[in-house]
Amino acid sequence: MASIRTMGTWIRTMTLVVVAAFLAAPSFNVMAGVDLPTIKKGKGDKCVDDNDYMRRHHPDLLNHHRDGTMRQGIRTTKYSLKGCVECHASEATGSVAASKEDFCAACHAYTAVKVDCWDCHATKPGKRPVHKPGSVTASPLMSTAQQGMKSGESK
Amino acid sequence: MSQPMQDSTTDRRDFLKAGTLVAGMTLGPGVLFYGVAHSRAPEEAASSDVRWGMLIDSAKCGDGCSDCVTACNTENGLEGKTGPQDTQYIRKLNIKDLRTGYVKELPMLCQHCENPPCVDVCPTGASMKRADGIVLVDRHSCIGCRYCMMACPYKARSFVHEPITNQNPEVPRGKGCVESCTFCVQRVDRDEEPACVEACNTNGHKAMLFGDLMNPESEISKALATQASTEVRADLGLNTGVRYQGI
Repeated sequence: MASIRTMGTWIRTMTLVVVAAFLAAPSFNVMAGVDLPTIKKGKGDKCVDDNDYMRRHHPDLLNHHRDGTMRQGIRTTKYSLKGCVECHASEATGSVAASKEDFCAACHAYTAVKVDCWDCHATKPGKRPVHKPGSVTASPLMSTAQQGMKSGESK
Repeated sequence: MSQPMQDSTTDRRDFLKAGTLVAGMTLGPGVLFYGVAHSRAPEEAASSDVRWGMLIDSAKCGDGCSDCVTACNTENGLEGKTGPQDTQYIRKLNIKDLRTGYVKELPMLCQHCENPPCVDVCPTGASMKRADGIVLVDRHSCIGCRYCMMACPYKARSFVHEPITNQNPEVPRGKGCVESCTFCVQRVDRDEEPACVEACNTNGHKAMLFGDLMNPESEISKALATQASTEVRADLGLNTGVRYQGI
């Protein structure tokens, strides 16, 4: 009697396992990482903080840094968006959001989170603008005006 | 400004100025070029011990010269168009005395008022004055209502109507926000002069002077203390940070 009961339990358990495996089959390839975003390599090899911490907290860090810079003129570089762009811009496009595989665009497409950073901010690193010395307009009026001001100073 | 006063006093002044410069460079170049009030560490917030201001000498401002405007456009990534819907942080104005017919040009920009009307009317707090007196628009909270543009007596603000690409990384700009002269805040924060002032000086006009109004030792404070200058629309009591001579 006891062995028959054990046998029944065993069959039920096995049936359950088979059914569970059948139901879970579609998610096997997700576990293998097939659907994760592919990101084109950028310049930097290490982020300013741990990757996991940055993945979770970068919006807060950026927002906090943004308010400090914009409203108080604090210009630290650790969490600046410009710094992110300089390091993470992909070698392929030179940008963080030009193609679907660029650093910001890839994950934000994957998680379906739309950001409007790039409406205003540059997606590519850039140099400071170069100011060329312009042509000095030497109108006769200007030269007299300058003489006039020199005399004004000596008053 | 009177013409015939150019005499030996000018030479003496120049000699003294040169002497001070040499002495300063000998004693400590760092002290001279990065004055006490000007240098600020990156992690340090802007302080209300400083108030940035500008003195524009319209008599030295060349007719037809637009070096300041060009430099501003380059620095801030502006297109340089001058239509009614285009952005101009600084623009050249012609002013005319209707009685005498005397015509003069001067650059007009955000006057960085102590009591800015644009900040008063802003419904979201986007229009703001930084501790050091620079009036800015925080685009993160600007909703593009343009009340500030109506409130500004100097017509200093512009609205961005079209999407913008290829911005200067230091000057983010975008559609749907109001913007205006920032005194090149990104340059000021690293101890440089605004682009317009630098261009005016390097091109030899020397019509613009930028500095700290709170520091009595700054060049601009000394100039303001010794020479006549005026605010535009002083009757409004805004205490502008930009002052003019020769108008």
